[in-house]
Amino acid sequence: MLDILIDFFIIGAKTGLILGPLILAVAYTTYAERKIIGYMQMRLGPNRVGPKGWLQPIADVIKLLMKEVVVPSGANKGLFLLAPVLFIAPSFAAWAVIPFDVEMVLADTDVGLLYILAMTSIAVYGVIIAGWASNSKYALIGSLRSASQIISYEIAMGFALVGVLMASGTMNLGQIVMGQEGGFWHWYWIPLLPLLVIYWISGVAETNRAPFDLPEGESEIVAGFHVEYAGISFALFFLAEYANMILISVLTALFFFGGWLNPFQGIPFMEGITEWVPGIAWLLLKAGFFLFLMIWLRATFPRYRYDQIMRLGWKVFIPVTVVWLMVLAFMIKAGVGPWFAGRGVF
Amino acid sequence: MSKLKHLFSSFTLKDLLHGLRVTGKHLWRRKVTIQFPEEQTPQSPRFRGLHALRRYPNGEERCIGCKLCEAVCPAAAITIDAGPRQSDGTRRTTRYEIDMFKCIYCGFCEESCPVDSIVETRVMDYHFEKRGDNILTKAQLLAIGDKYEEQIAEDRKQDAKYR
Repeated sequence: MLDILIDFFIIGAKTGLILGPLILAVAYTTYAERKIIGYMQMRLGPNRVGPKGWLQPIADVIKLLMKEVVVPSGANKGLFLLAPVLFIAPSFAAWAVIPFDVEMVLADTDVGLLYILAMTSIAVYGVIIAGWASNSKYALIGSLRSASQIISYEIAMGFALVGVLMASGTMNLGQIVMGQEGGFWHWYWIPLLPLLVIYWISGVAETNRAPFDLPEGESEIVAGFHVEYAGISFALFFLAEYANMILISVLTALFFFGGWLNPFQGIPFMEGITEWVPGIAWLLLKAGFFLFLMIWLRATFPRYRYDQIMRLGWKVFIPVTVVWLMVLAFMIKAGVGPWFAGRGVF
Repeated sequence: MSKLKHLFSSFTLKDLLHGLRVTGKHLWRRKVTIQFPEEQTPQSPRFRGLHALRRYPNGEERCIGCKLCEAVCPAAAITIDAGPRQSDGTRRTTRYEIDMFKCIYCGFCEESCPVDSIVETRVMDYHFEKRGDNILTKAQLLAIGDKYEEQIAEDRKQDAKYR
């Protein structure tokens, strides 16, 4: 009995060790987003709260916590309050299988990739329930858009991950990374380049980020599925969206850019002087780049129209991924390059 | 052929990368934000802000109650009552009020004034705290004039040759 309790405590501590920094990272991602978009528009961004505005996210959090949670009349109260929890729980749960370094993972499971796919798609229930329980037409339209978008892009995303699966031959995220060992030209981004692009764009669409942020199109439906939410219940949606952004960035780094692996591996001089850098730093650096890219995209592109999103997802991404899976199969069977050496049959 | 070209450019994400380059460059550009309370944009001497009633250097109020400003005001923001002053019988206003919510800051009152009495100052960051505060009375307007007289006189002098 006691060792079960101890196990429970250790797992709890590890979870806290992941979620604590994650929530902090989410807070400062919002700050980074406002700053970077401001800079790209030749503005300064927030700079009033604390030195250079560094305390701005803290002030935002306090403001959101102190606000009243308004349940609209006619709303289904239970579901209305359940929806944000349903939305945020999977986006946190997905972090359980993320390896941050060799052996540095909460759950070293062999179905990690499947688990990630399941968790990222289950969040759509939160969106649908939020839209339906709000008793508001804007929220309903927003949630339907969001649902159809997430489901459509799930397919392209799944296909892109099939490519990763074929290349690595395992669903264990740690082993996927280990399969890319041996310098940045061993990483999967070269043989899987089209899949990387598609995975990335689908990831942006999955997280409902610009330019795919139809579900909250301000001009037509105010704020989409979370239009009726205020205070802490809104904060949960916000938190989940940014946690998802960070998750997608980390996953891209893991699947295509060698996760925690040192990019200078195999380069005679550079490998020696970067040996001391811990693996998690490389992972965060790579994920940070993709996070920046996501913000960069938001600052650059106008929002897609609904039918354009559907066209892109179904008529471009899915065929392209299928074609590239064929190409990839041939590449593997031919034992091409450093990636699939030794697996060829010819 | 042009179809092929289109296909190629869309699959290499050419236009998207071009767009990203534009915003990427702007990230490093000089920022144009004016940090308002600390920094201010330059103002013209003809700036039209808060109103004021001026006095002559000897302390006599300029306004003679001709009501030209009231007549010209397109927003009907000015209300004037006039009559002979008790002490010397000269024509003066007994009431001079501007409703700042109606005022559109067109500057016609200033242009119409034959004695340069009603003017618009450079003050543009003011506020009202109570309902009714938006109506500036004669005493308030004169006080504003006294407070900013130096600046007002300087601005009129600069603009004098163009009037």
